[in-house]
Amino acid sequence: MNSVPAQDHPQPQSLTDLFVSFTLLALQGFGGVLAVVQRELVEKKRWMTREEFIEDWAVAQIMPGPNVVNLSMMIGARSFGLKGAMAALAGMLTVPLIIVLLLALVYAQFADHPGVAGALRGMGAVAAGLIAATGLKLFGALLKNVLGLRICIAFGVLCFAAIALLRWPLAYVLFGLGSVACVVAYQKLKP
Amino acid sequence: MTEPITLVFTLQDWFTLFVHYLTLSLLSIGGAISTAPDMHRFLVDQQHWLTDAQFNASIAIAQAAPGPNVLFVALLGWNVGLNAGGVPSGLLGVLLALMGILIPSTVLTYAAAQWGHRNRDLRAVRAFKQGMAPIVVALLIATGWILASANGTSLKDWPVWLVTAATALIVWRTRTHLLWLLGAGALLGWYGLI
Repeated sequence: MNSVPAQDHPQPQSLTDLFVSFTLLALQGFGGVLAVVQRELVEKKRWMTREEFIEDWAVAQIMPGPNVVNLSMMIGARSFGLKGAMAALAGMLTVPLIIVLLLALVYAQFADHPGVAGALRGMGAVAAGLIAATGLKLFGALLKNVLGLRICIAFGVLCFAAIALLRWPLAYVLFGLGSVACVVAYQKLKP
Repeated sequence: MTEPITLVFTLQDWFTLFVHYLTLSLLSIGGAISTAPDMHRFLVDQQHWLTDAQFNASIAIAQAAPGPNVLFVALLGWNVGLNAGGVPSGLLGVLLALMGILIPSTVLTYAAAQWGHRNRDLRAVRAFKQGMAPIVVALLIATGWILASANGTSLKDWPVWLVTAATALIVWRTRTHLLWLLGAGALLGWYGLI
């Protein structure tokens, strides 16, 4: 988007670039694409900063719909508006959809093999680590947060406890804890 | 083993399927997977369009395949369609289920994102971004925790937790390609080491 001030990081070249990039991202994303999006788009291609990634991810979480789909659409829209959103979305879904249908066709033959179940379990454990690491890496972005590091950590600990330990529904935590955090931030952002 | 299902689908049934997914789309805060319990209620218990085994396999395959997990919705539609005839109706099922779950939420998200972008200097929009940041970061770590505990929480499952923790450390601290790690996890699991 041209109106964004002082954007010195690289941009996707074209709609094709967006489509191909998101197809490649999706194809690397076994057990979740988010970790790959962060690694590729923030660290390697530098299409967005850590802060921008967190902002988009916050919106992707709070809106209905698959988070990664929402996220890819928003990233596509950053550079090419609606067309970019569609290109990113199509990239994220088209080839993976074909693969998942093909997998469903062959799955029946191998579902009973104990190695397959084990391999899925192993990949699940790794995928869990990938997501957690994405959170750890984004932690650095909180240093610049207006809330200050201590309040950030307090909200983070509460959120982790509510979701991971108490298993409260995500919507309650997002809207409950989220609105408190937003009000505090609003207070701190004195005009 | 449950009996396979053979269905005769009318236009009305396809419409019902589509509308059900349109509704679920608006409720899918936190991702499509959060509406999976309701999909089970609707497809398996209420309509008897899918068997339990088909439902579970759809989710497992989508998790194992590359790409966004929302594709389990496509597989559910595919299996409903297969039960209702064959490959052509399977493809129709894919199309209706996926369009249904995606259209309302993507339109809403796109509108919200554009609005937020146009008004990014508003104090309220900046407060939203700053306030949500610590919660979003903690959510990611919590998601890793929940996924890891899905593999088992008893003491004998310590190797799984070790793999998860080691992965988190490696990814956080090094630039190892993620596919190597997934491959290593698959190998460890294949040989029953974790």
